[in-house]
Amino acid sequence: MLLEIEDIHVHYGKIAALKGITVSVDQGEIVTLIGANGAGKTTTLKTISGLRNLTSGAIRFDGRDISRMPGHRRVSAGIGQAPEGRGIFPGMTVEENLLMGAYARRDDVSKELAEAYELFPRLAERRSQTGGTMSGGEQQMLAIGRALMAKPKVLLLDEPSMGLAPMLVQQIFSIIEEINRRGTTVLLVEQNAQQALQIANRAYVLETGRVVKSAPAGELLDDPQVRAAYLGGGAAPDAEPEPKAEPEAEPEAGDGGQAGGGGEGTSR
Amino acid sequence: MNLTKNGNGGRFGSGPSLDPLRHWWAGAPGWQRWIVYTLLIVGAVFLPSESIGSFMAPSGANWPSMLSDQIAIYVLLALGLNVVVGMAGLLDLGYVAFYAVGGYTIAIFAVRYHWSFWETLVLAILFSALAGVILGAPTLRLRGDYLAIVTLGFGEIVKRTANNSSFVNGPRGVQGIPHPPTLSEFEILGVQPLKYGLLDSRPYYYLLLVFIILAIVFVRRLDASRVGRAWASIREDEDAAELMGVPTFRFKLAAFAIGAAIGGSGGVVFAAKQTSILPANFDFLVSALILAAVVLGGSGNIPGAILGAFVVAWLPERFRFLDDYRMLIFGGALVVMMIFRPEGLWPSRRRKAELAEGTGGMGSMGAEVAGPGQSEAAEVGK
Repeated sequence: MLLEIEDIHVHYGKIAALKGITVSVDQGEIVTLIGANGAGKTTTLKTISGLRNLTSGAIRFDGRDISRMPGHRRVSAGIGQAPEGRGIFPGMTVEENLLMGAYARRDDVSKELAEAYELFPRLAERRSQTGGTMSGGEQQMLAIGRALMAKPKVLLLDEPSMGLAPMLVQQIFSIIEEINRRGTTVLLVEQNAQQALQIANRAYVLETGRVVKSAPAGELLDDPQVRAAYLGGGAAPDAEPEPKAEPEAEPEAGDGGQAGGGGEGTSR
Repeated sequence: MNLTKNGNGGRFGSGPSLDPLRHWWAGAPGWQRWIVYTLLIVGAVFLPSESIGSFMAPSGANWPSMLSDQIAIYVLLALGLNVVVGMAGLLDLGYVAFYAVGGYTIAIFAVRYHWSFWETLVLAILFSALAGVILGAPTLRLRGDYLAIVTLGFGEIVKRTANNSSFVNGPRGVQGIPHPPTLSEFEILGVQPLKYGLLDSRPYYYLLLVFIILAIVFVRRLDASRVGRAWASIREDEDAAELMGVPTFRFKLAAFAIGAAIGGSGGVVFAAKQTSILPANFDFLVSALILAAVVLGGSGNIPGAILGAFVVAWLPERFRFLDDYRMLIFGGALVVMMIFRPEGLWPSRRRKAELAEGTGGMGSMGAEVAGPGQSEAAEVGK
């Protein structure tokens, strides 16, 4: 296993965000974590990349225990992340953003830079534009390209489809597949479960800080429970989904409705 | 829609743009830059002359001493705080503490142990950098407003400690701090620039000028290096910086220590010029004014910080004839400034772009559809 997360617990103050998550990612896979808002998906990624400290449990990467390793060292170890909300440096140009991605490296980065531009021709067109002035989709491309600059062994993607138009979501997902084909392992966190399950090998379903289900992605696509909760409709695909997803409804229902609507993203 | 972006794009007539100047500077060959540097230094050397002073300080005030006691000190402090606030993006409201550490280091070691000025200078720089690390190590895990509150507290603690410690005479302060030793008696154009006495302020101004130039060169070189890139990334998005492999905590600590060291060196010269210091010299107002100088001038930009410090130190003195109203007018001017030119008088281009985007990368979140949307926004504006 390339990345193993064993029974991790994470707290924000006294509130437990993760109550024992166990996930493993093998070399060359695309693994996805799906679940509603507040299920702990983003916290799991942040804990893997070192932005959150874990209370108990262990994270093993490439045969080493990295549970106590500071976040910036994990980049050199081979963990790259495109954070939630993209985290573009708004005052830096596209090229400077990409070069920041290679900050931890001391060797020549021109090959990776060329590769990023080849993967995202849009970024090449805008290389001297400041990051903050780009559209959401371009920023997402930049965030992924920037994470690749460090030549990560595993790429952590946090909601890459968030806030993007359906056309762009398609494009981003096919690029993720392409990145994976070129040899980078991907751990993908998504609310857009439909799309994520289609490109993933395996998936974990998270609910309120716990893994409630894990299976090959294809199986989950057909799983009636998962369909009902995350893929919209499910039990009665032909019937018009009842407009009951009001704010007081349980989070699963609200989320399912959105994913079913073609995944035009969520606003927070 | 992207209302904020539109609002900033057509910002109240935008004010004078420095872009053509910047553009020329970015493409200027080395020799042209050196000419500018030389002219600036020559200008600074002749700044205390009476012909300039008659305009700058007309109401009988002593222009050279205004330069050395106020303006040059503020410029040096603003350069130091600019590292912390402008470059690393850490809001420090207790910067005066490091200035005080510098001042009290020379007060204690020169008066009690008879160390020379230069020895205490080195010691003071080390001590204030150490104070920066001591303050930073536990507090730099905090962010934004919380860091500001803690640093504000630290500034008060240093002042109160001095005020209540009999070792440094409490509120009566320390007297009899020696002037720097005279290095040479040589005279040029009626000035003895290396003779540090009681009457002539100009040698202190020249001493500070040397400090300022050294600080500029040092900070500039850092800013252009990997350190500067790390600071910029921390300022723009700290979490993302950590994800890029930037050891954010270490670089924030370094910014604190470097800013503190520069502030401490200012405190040493201040104490040696005044020959006595009081805890009251290190009031919160000084922190606030230096911060105002950095923000007003253009946070993160060295020429901007210098300009801001000059304005903040000089304007209230220049308009002293307005008596009690001058601080009111000064405050009003700062408010007006922040409305019409929030990026400062002389911002760096990058800082301008950051401000246009609001809170950094996170500012663009929300239901945004691909495409900049600038043209639509412009149409709406019609």
